[in-house]
Amino acid sequence: MTLVQKARLKSLWVVHFDCGGCNGCDIEVLAALTPKFDVERFGIVNIGDPKQADIMVLTGPVNHKNKRVLRDLYEEVPDPKMVIAVGTCACTGGIFHNCPNILGGVNKVVPVDVYVPGCAARPEQIIDGVVLAMKKLAGEAPEEDE
Amino acid sequence: MALATPLIGGLLMGVDRKLTARMQERVGPPLAQPFYDALKLWGKTVMIDSSLQPALAFGYLGFALVAAGLVTFRQNLLLVLFVTGMADICLTVAAFDAKSPYSYLSGRREFLAMLSYEPVMLLAYTAIFMVTGSFTIRGIYEYGAPLLLVLPAALVALEIVLVIEMKKSPFDVSGHAHQELVRGVFTEFSGYTMALIELGRWTKLATTMMILSLFWAPSPVIGGAISLVMFFVVLMVDNLYPRLTWQRMLRTTWAVGFALILLNVAALAVGGVIL
Ligand code: SF4
Repeated sequence: MTLVQKARLKSLWVVHFDCGGCNGCDIEVLAALTPKFDVERFGIVNIGDPKQADIMVLTGPVNHKNKRVLRDLYEEVPDPKMVIAVGTCACTGGIFHNCPNILGGVNKVVPVDVYVPGCAARPEQIIDGVVLAMKKLAGEAPEEDE
Repeated sequence: MALATPLIGGLLMGVDRKLTARMQERVGPPLAQPFYDALKLWGKTVMIDSSLQPALAFGYLGFALVAAGLVTFRQNLLLVLFVTGMADICLTVAAFDAKSPYSYLSGRREFLAMLSYEPVMLLAYTAIFMVTGSFTIRGIYEYGAPLLLVLPAALVALEIVLVIEMKKSPFDVSGHAHQELVRGVFTEFSGYTMALIELGRWTKLATTMMILSLFWAPSPVIGGAISLVMFFVVLMVDNLYPRLTWQRMLRTTWAVGFALILLNVAALAVGGVIL
């Protein structure tokens, strides 16, 4: 494992995008940053800037209005990157499925690496999902394979 | 020695994050976290949206390193101020050059931050000149007596400068205002350009700390301790106060900073220390 790969395991910057859920999952994502869970001790920071992010945390179902925004945001995150769908809405559409304005889960628009189901997903589950994505990120980095 | 300054600055940044976390009753990241971040950024794909950006990122780090070198070799304080100013200008121009409203707005605020703290620094250096008779750091060492005893108010004025330099509340208008400006002047940097900017920031922080430690020049240990106390005070203030607008920043730095230094010099003149 190279130095950069090791650093990747210790420093993850997150960009969090709410596609239009009920905000329940967003509150849980933010709860992971609070003193009780404090994800910063693993180097995970909610950076808010797609150009510097490693992981996209998506909540809520995609609708016709914001699918273009989501696509743009996904393309702005530089490689290597991971996408996590947090909450049942983001995974499948959840309670919003079959609504006329809803496309379904976020995987209708961007490729998803980790699914964290739950309505709302618990902070422990979200951290678990991020750790899973982190491992995938460090393992799959193609340019540093030995 | 000058090349070690980024490492010292990086460690200081790690201490900053750890202490901030402890003040918020969190565990906080490991001390080496800034180094992990920079390494990771180095390994990421870079997205450049203006061809000047990489050159300016290198320029920022380059000027910061030159300033650090000038301080280690005890050169002229004014030269250090102008070289650091050049580094800041590189960052601001890069922010202006990206076609992004967030970056543009932060660039303007960064210029205003420079407008706030550089005159205060200049005045503080002039006060040092009036006491020691020289603008060089060597002159401060030759002066012998600790500057803190003659210029205590100037050090307090430089504390305000340190707040702006570290981009901390209440004056973090351009760098950390993520509620309004995403990532401020750093928004449009990615990959290795951001890693370079981070290195530059560490170097600049270490340089400023070295300049502050000159206030007890005869003993580097006591001087270092003074600058670390000032660093700690900045973190306390950061966690206690919300962000102010740039108008308030400009007014506070100029009114308080100028008044402190001028009063200090006036008191010295009355006391007969300087002519
Ligand atoms: S999954 Fe449930 S809690 Fe989360 S955004 Fe959707 S409806 Fe809200």
